[in-house]
Amino acid sequence: MKNRRDFLKTAAAGAVLLGSEGKLGLAEMLDNHAESPRSRVVVAKDPALHGPAGTSTGQPDEKRVLDLLDRAIAAYTGREHPIEAWKRMVPVDKVIGLKVNGLGGKGISTHQALVLAICERLQQAGVKPGNIIVWDRNARDIQACGLTINTDPSRVRVYGSDISGFEDEPVAFGSAVNVKLSKILTRQCDMVIGLPILKDHEGAGVTFAMKNMYGVVERPNELHANHCNPAVADLNRIPAVRDKVRFTIGDAMSSVCEGGPGFHPEHLWYPNALIVGEDRVAVDHTAWQMIEARRAQTGLPTLEAAKRPPRYIATAADADHMLGVNDPQRMRLIEI
Amino acid sequence: MSLCPRNCRNNWIFAVVAVAMLCAAATGCRKAKVDPFPASDTVSGWQKTSDTRVYAAKDLWQYIDGGAEQYISAGVVTTSTSDYKFQGQLEAVVDVNTMGDAAGAGKILTAGQTTDAKAIQLGDAGIQYAQSIVFRKGPYLVRIVAYESTPTTPQALLALAHGVEAKL
Repeated sequence: MKNRRDFLKTAAAGAVLLGSEGKLGLAEMLDNHAESPRSRVVVAKDPALHGPAGTSTGQPDEKRVLDLLDRAIAAYTGREHPIEAWKRMVPVDKVIGLKVNGLGGKGISTHQALVLAICERLQQAGVKPGNIIVWDRNARDIQACGLTINTDPSRVRVYGSDISGFEDEPVAFGSAVNVKLSKILTRQCDMVIGLPILKDHEGAGVTFAMKNMYGVVERPNELHANHCNPAVADLNRIPAVRDKVRFTIGDAMSSVCEGGPGFHPEHLWYPNALIVGEDRVAVDHTAWQMIEARRAQTGLPTLEAAKRPPRYIATAADADHMLGVNDPQRMRLIEI
Repeated sequence: MSLCPRNCRNNWIFAVVAVAMLCAAATGCRKAKVDPFPASDTVSGWQKTSDTRVYAAKDLWQYIDGGAEQYISAGVVTTSTSDYKFQGQLEAVVDVNTMGDAAGAGKILTAGQTTDAKAIQLGDAGIQYAQSIVFRKGPYLVRIVAYESTPTTPQALLALAHGVEAKL
């Protein structure tokens, strides 16, 4: 049986296949080992991200964000050099989409510093600036992330589905019917990295990797029944979503543990973390535990007691969806 | 009596009634149309930095996604919102929710309060946090949120809130 270090080296090497064969390649690599394959999730933290530990200054330090990103990606891929790590993660000759989340407004949206850091590393890895598309629902949500609209293909492109439009032909899976997908996803990106912001959600319980995909469809309001279950799982199971959204770099640098998805500063806190992984279900499970821990700390009831546990996470892991794992025994949580 | 005088009388009565109805309608529209957003410089230090956006209940999801459910359950009719800036630096957003009745406004006001909520004299009832104020006045539920917490934020928000309250 391989020891833990050899297993991690091999598992990290599996990330080489992200750019070409994606999840199937990684799964096959892991299945070849005696140890049961486990989904890796990295939680990288920097207590001083928003200023000296114990304080908060609104926006994270850009240099520290870049460093945090590098540490997270190095831990995930096993490659210390950030450029080499990114070359292993993405097909550098393709169009890479970064799906941010600005719905919560300026107070609780994907941080500009994270987007800039990722764009910097992608370009250093060889992705042409115009082959990076930072996107969300519309201009307002993008601007909430501190970003400026740009459609000039000589630079990193930044725009919403209000510019690209949605497909005329709807697609469906399960309860997610008549879904019209953004053309940014279907026609303009070869691979998408999700950059959700960690939030409590009044209906779904938690919004992170999978719920971020509600910003990909024309009418997400039609997917909120029954606390967004099974709609979140069904939406992520639609082939264009499942197959193109290959990785999550989840923004947990600041978060709201109650009152989301909007901005309720009275529930704002600073986990100062990134949660990264390929397995969107495992990433969401990890995010959920983080929200619950904070709620317990602040005297709030569990999401179960509040009658809105994120049941879509278990649904996404079931036999009909098989989008990932929600069993902690089948996850490898790497905290750095 | 001839037909002409009766027709003339009927036409005259019809015209008077029509004019009266138009006046009533116009008056009613003016009364119902409330602009709660203070113009720039009417509240010291505050500039209105965006157009007012108005969402009907059925479209509220476009603004706050799943957060709309809570307001719809409480009977929201419309939500109007605008951005503001204090002394060129502190950014804030003002949301004015027109609820079906005062009870609906009360329901939202009391939801999700934390232990550091401070009761304030504003409208029919109000609470203040370090970075936000929520108050109700009749069927209106107003929420003002600053994107930054500074020593002057609470006082600045309170001034803006009074400015909004005065217009309701």
